[in-house]
Amino acid sequence: MRARVFVTLKPSVFDPQGTTVAEALHTLGYSSVKNVRQGKYFELDIDAGSADEAKRLAGEAAGKLLANPVIESYRIEVDSQ
Amino acid sequence: MKFAVVVFPGSNCDHDAYYAAQHVLGQDAELIWHKDTSLKGADVVVLPGGFAHGDYLRTGAIARFSPIMQEVQRFAAGGGPVLGICNGFQVLLEAGMLPGAMLRNTVLQFRCEHVYVRVEQTDTPFTAACAPGQVLRIPIAHGEGNYYAEPDVVDRLEHNRQVIFRYATVSGDVTPAANPNGSLNNIAGICNETRNVVGLMPHPERACELAVGSADGLVLFESVLKALSHGAFASAR
Repeated sequence: MRARVFVTLKPSVFDPQGTTVAEALHTLGYSSVKNVRQGKYFELDIDAGSADEAKRLAGEAAGKLLANPVIESYRIEVDSQ
Repeated sequence: MKFAVVVFPGSNCDHDAYYAAQHVLGQDAELIWHKDTSLKGADVVVLPGGFAHGDYLRTGAIARFSPIMQEVQRFAAGGGPVLGICNGFQVLLEAGMLPGAMLRNTVLQFRCEHVYVRVEQTDTPFTAACAPGQVLRIPIAHGEGNYYAEPDVVDRLEHNRQVIFRYATVSGDVTPAANPNGSLNNIAGICNETRNVVGLMPHPERACELAVGSADGLVLFESVLKALSHGAFASAR
């Protein structure tokens, strides 16, 4: 089973990388891009009996390691195939 | 007195710290591999600078789970002095031994230069030999030294006098221009509530002899010698 974990900086945290990417896009002429926030994406292939179990496990992994709760939050999606 | 310098895969200032303790300060020092489970009777622990585990995932995020870190946590909980320098500071943050986190520098540069830091507090094992407000000229070398914590955490740090070093001008003025990375309140180093664990981004171990441009960093090592010889901050183990 595959869990997808999206880690993003909390809204209150300044993102120097995202800001620089936005400036680069503006240089390329994409003036309609108003803001960029850069995050991380993980795919976890998990041996689990159910989607709920996979989601619970991925949540533990995200809370302990994949995200730093001081500055980041995370969201999890699970494919049942 | 014996220093333990922890070596993670990717540490690259471990030998500088070892050299400062062993050869400049004239004390015993031992390099301790991160998979070891003993600090081998050390009185002081140094987590050195570098790029532990290649800075993969986040700086310090993997290193905090190294086997030796359990022993470092136990040593610190017993009151023993622990110094985290640069990447070592980042490891202490990830391990929750110090509050807050590091963001990328606001200026998107890897800043590698000598800076001035003002010593804010002298009641820690690593500033005991400093004069209050003393300005030290020591180098920084980091891309991710932009100290961040939630506002209430920063308020608590200030209230508890846990900000130990601030980026400043040569005359000790804390100004935005003296801040190389965007750190909140010009924070360059902090301590924990019991004041025995100190982390800072600048590299005192690279400024211990005039031959390398500055000897201002040596006072941190002299401080711990002074503190321990007065019986303060010895780990209960």
